Amino acid sequence: MAKVQGAIVVDTDRCKGCEVCIPACPTEVIGLANEVNGKGYHYAYMANPDACIGCANCAIVCPDGVISVYKVKKVA
Amino acid sequence: MMDIKDIVKEENLVYTKTKLMTDNILSYCPGCGHGTAHRIVMEVIDELGLQSQTVGIAPVGCSVLAYDFMNIDMIQAAHGRAPAVATGVKRTMPDKYVFTYQGDGDLAAIGTAETIHVCNRGENITMIFINNGIYGMTGGQMAPTTLEGMKTSTSPYGRDLKSMGNPLKITELIAQLPGTYYVTRQAVHTPAAVRKTKKAVFKAFEVQKEKKGISFIEIVSNCNSGWKMSPVKSNEWMVEHMFPFYPMGDIKVDGELVKSNKAEVKS
Repeated sequence: MAKVQGAIVVDTDRCKGCEVCIPACPTEVIGLANEVNGKGYHYAYMANPDACIGCANCAIVCPDGVISVYKVKKVA
Repeated sequence: MMDIKDIVKEENLVYTKTKLMTDNILSYCPGCGHGTAHRIVMEVIDELGLQSQTVGIAPVGCSVLAYDFMNIDMIQAAHGRAPAVATGVKRTMPDKYVFTYQGDGDLAAIGTAETIHVCNRGENITMIFINNGIYGMTGGQMAPTTLEGMKTSTSPYGRDLKSMGNPLKITELIAQLPGTYYVTRQAVHTPAAVRKTKKAVFKAFEVQKEKKGISFIEIVSNCNSGWKMSPVKSNEWMVEHMFPFYPMGDIKVDGELVKSNKAEVKS
């Protein structure tokens, strides 16, 4: 069990669905949604939220800066 | 397992887009390295607290609208003339931090004269150079930086060196000039590359603070629309084809050429 748990929040209206964040994620958290946003892009979302460790790798490679990352240390 | 609602709280925030990037939706294609490069520069300016003291010069090309996205003072220069405009700004306001943000069509084609003379004079500015080997904005025509054999809309059978000339390594060229102090080549396709680029931009602004001369950062980037690939594929293509010709790493540090400038291919 990981000692930290993270979560990402994607600004779905601004996401262009380029998928650059998907190979950047070491724990394969991110997937593309079946739904599309207002611009017609399949946006990124947390497909596997339990695996997120809040490393922010996805956010720093996101060309549009749409990902915010949150992280907590788990208590015991 | 904690609920996501318990994690997504203001105090747990570790990363979000810097305030120095405006909320305007970037005009770039999905997956374009320009967005990442913009954000890196703005993060560095934010972290150094230079928002009110920095003047950026936008080029002509895809990043012509950089002033719409960067929340600092910006000037949009004529095609290729960003270093000349930056010279004027820096000389009239020497206390301001001045950087140019240019693509390869701007810096290495129409603006070659300005680039070389500004670098030779050693104006105390920072130059950010995005190299994707193509004229992205106008429809993917061949640029001076296009690789040998690379297909573009004006070289549909690939660039032929005999009739179209050799690709231009402008970064190596200007590193030879006495006015440049820090010259490096980076990329923005992986988290590790982004972190390295950010370090380089930090160093560039430090060099400018110490008034040592030109700091020049080339960022090898993708143009997935121009290369006609998906963003992830274009990043892989870039590693496979661009990096052997445009090797990553420092070319000139502290005014001295780096001797072993080996090709360092990162995935």
